[in-house]
Amino acid sequence: MTGSRLPVGAALVNRVLGGGILGRTPFARLVVFTVAVFVSMTLLVGSDRFLTTANFQSIAFQLPELALLSFAMMLSMLTGGIDLSVVSVANLSSIVAAMTMVHVLRGPAGAGGDAIAIAAGVGAGVCTGLACGLVNGCAVAFVRVPSILVTLGTLQLFTGLALVLTGGQAIIGLPDSFQWLGNGTLLAVPVPLWLCAAGAAVMAVVINRTAFGVEARLVGTNPIAAWFAALPVRSVLVRTYVTTALVSSVTGLLMVSRANSAKADYGSSYLLQSILVVVLAGVDPAGGSARVAGVGLAVFALELLSSGFGMMRLTSFATELAWGAFLLLVMVINSVLERRGK
Amino acid sequence: MTPRSSDRPFLSLTAIGKSFGGVRALDDVSLDVSAGEIHCLAGENGSGKSTLIKVIAGVHRPDRGSIAIAGQPVASLTPISAVRQGVQVIYQDLSLFPNLTVAENLAINSLVEHRRTLVRWRDVRRTAEHALERLRVSIDLDRLVGDLPIAEKQLVAIARALLQDARLIVLDEPTTALTGVEVDALFALVRDLQQRGVAILFVTHKMREMLQAADRFTVLRNGRVVESGPAAEFDEARLTHAMTGRAIGETRFDGRVDASAPPRLRIRDLTGPILRGVTFDVRPGEIVGLTGLLGAGQGELAARVAGLETSGTGEIAVDGAPLPACTVRAAARAGIGYVPEDRLREGLFLDRSIADNANASSLRALTTGLRLLSTRRMRSQADRWIHDLGVKAPSIDAPVRQLSGGNQQRVVLARVLATRPKVLVLNGPTVGVDVGAKEEIHATIRQLAAGGLAVLIVSDDLPELVQSCSRVLVFRHGRVTAELGAAALTGDALQEQLSAAH
Ligand SMILES: Nc1ncnc2c1ncn2[C@@H]1O[C@H](COP(=O)(O)OP(=O)(O)OP(=O)(O)O)[C@@H](O)[C@H]1O
Ligand SMILES: [Mg+2]
Repeated sequence: MTGSRLPVGAALVNRVLGGGILGRTPFARLVVFTVAVFVSMTLLVGSDRFLTTANFQSIAFQLPELALLSFAMMLSMLTGGIDLSVVSVANLSSIVAAMTMVHVLRGPAGAGGDAIAIAAGVGAGVCTGLACGLVNGCAVAFVRVPSILVTLGTLQLFTGLALVLTGGQAIIGLPDSFQWLGNGTLLAVPVPLWLCAAGAAVMAVVINRTAFGVEARLVGTNPIAAWFAALPVRSVLVRTYVTTALVSSVTGLLMVSRANSAKADYGSSYLLQSILVVVLAGVDPAGGSARVAGVGLAVFALELLSSGFGMMRLTSFATELAWGAFLLLVMVINSVLERRGK
Repeated sequence: MTPRSSDRPFLSLTAIGKSFGGVRALDDVSLDVSAGEIHCLAGENGSGKSTLIKVIAGVHRPDRGSIAIAGQPVASLTPISAVRQGVQVIYQDLSLFPNLTVAENLAINSLVEHRRTLVRWRDVRRTAEHALERLRVSIDLDRLVGDLPIAEKQLVAIARALLQDARLIVLDEPTTALTGVEVDALFALVRDLQQRGVAILFVTHKMREMLQAADRFTVLRNGRVVESGPAAEFDEARLTHAMTGRAIGETRFDGRVDASAPPRLRIRDLTGPILRGVTFDVRPGEIVGLTGLLGAGQGELAARVAGLETSGTGEIAVDGAPLPACTVRAAARAGIGYVPEDRLREGLFLDRSIADNANASSLRALTTGLRLLSTRRMRSQADRWIHDLGVKAPSIDAPVRQLSGGNQQRVVLARVLATRPKVLVLNGPTVGVDVGAKEEIHATIRQLAAGGLAVLIVSDDLPELVQSCSRVLVFRHGRVTAELGAAALTGDALQEQLSAAH
């Protein structure tokens, strides 16, 4: 069967991408798209400016935050839900962490207490994430409110808490050595990138190689059958939202460290971007699928776009526009190729 | 029965071929269905029946061959053009809209067909009522279809197709969940349609229905037509042989049950929405059948044992230990395995692989150190059950959605058996399974029983009950009104009890 029933444009896409091995899987297509973005940005910006170490260093520092939040988003979608509170959990955790650090520094531990302050702050931040995750997870699993509503509510709740705690002000005066987390390098590779790689590896193992991961996939595919099959549906849901919140809170710590301050409304654009990334990666929002490598690649493609646009001195609005257009383009092409496959 | 077949067939398929990837589902299939004819399409699981039906419905486009409807060749058939030409299909997976009410589901076709923009709800209700009346059933029109038991879903799907002025009605295993009374009503209706010149093509694995209703048989094996001819030329043995390529002997439960052994499953005074104080024991090695009219309590009993139904009183104990809680997980932990009635909704993860499905209920037992899953053990467990139950599939990595209905049913069974249960509750274990495979599944169940398993089978398939069970309990209004065992257990005796229960 050929694409004879498809419109002309679609048939063209078909011709270009369809035959080769690259057109076969969503991941292979994503590779093609990323290469296309890379080539076109290099041509538009000029290779002397785009293909520089500095540019890729800056991408390497930018990318991990969005990537980690997207992993969290992906995990929630694996079970057929969505976690809209990822960014607000990140901010609330980072504010609690920052306040703890500042408090310890001012306290009796005094100037020598950088290490103690950082440990206490990180601990407090992660615990905050854990608590937020429990709230989300229990509401989804036990009260049986759809996750989109639960997390829309907690998005407001956690952001509100963060605003109340800070009065809307940024928290500054963090220990200097804490900046290493977001700005340092280890073996010439930015620390955030290490963190992101570790996150991806853990995510891949959890999803593919643990009973929890497989159960999450099954719950996302058919929750009713999961119940009939005596899967621990509730515990899977609780653990899913706890994990997404933990990943979010670590991302929050990264954000504080990079900015050297904490504020209630940092990174709010990340929420929609992370959904965009996950969909771009080919994850089915209806549940049951996850693609760690795809998410990594999708974030990379988007960062290439935004750094290229930045170098062309286009505003960040233009970047947003390009991202949106990119998503639409990819979805149209995917759906055309999928229909052809039938 | 006097078929008023005209000379020119209403539907004519010539040399149809269809492959999915490497799987050749249909190969050079030709088939004619005349007006006023009841044509039965028979064949083993995976022989291509549903695929052929989807070709007729315009869902699948054949790779080769041609289709003619009412004498006119049809170049390319789509689901909409098929409906416009008077073809109505009741699919094996029903394809109803679970989020709409019964009334809305029934009316949707005429709404679409007349291209109304505004819905007149009074008309919708009237059409729906009328459709159900013709089937002589009453179902609450305002219930969501997703909440209905499978039997009522089937009735809604049938009623919806009958509503249209169809010239060909195709039924793909329409009766799997229906009890005798409803099946009789359906076939009475089908004959009525036949008298009015409607062509009927139907698929069923129940031998009795085939022989009772069909004017003509076409038998598929591995995607090819192996035999075709008027019903008079066929009897059970010949049909079975044509389908499977071998003769299948009737076997009966022959295990001996040790009456002095302590009961594996003890049921005491179960009372619930329908049940009224049901008490009985099942010993290791025993296969107990539960039957009755729709809603007489046998289904509720199975649901209670499996932990699905939580309201009610009474005690359920496995090996003397009462279940600590009324939940699915507590029942599973106590060693109760349940094969649900509605495999698509309750039994399967359609988009996941056969291996994931088979392992779903026993994942925790497949982890190694560090609590990671062992890929090797996952594969070997899946392989083993898939092999033991004879699932026909290209590989255990194929999504279950691609399997034929009967093979899907075996995957559900594999998942439950992989948990190594002590008590097995089977709600329609061979629904949609072909004759040969039925025999194999029964043999597997008997073998498991011989190993000390206690088995409960909820079924309306009387021959199946007679064949497999050591005794059968007949339910009526929530009570057990008869118990047939050993020599007393015959099809006629069961039939008599069921009619008495009416
Ligand atoms: N969408 C699909 N993709 C791949 N293979 C398919 C698909 N649909 C059907 N098949 C394969 O085609 C063959 C015929 O399947 P079909 O569903 O027509 O069988 P059937 O005769 O209806 O069986 P049953 O009695 O079990 O319902 C099977 O081997 C099945 O695995
Ligand atoms: Mg079928």
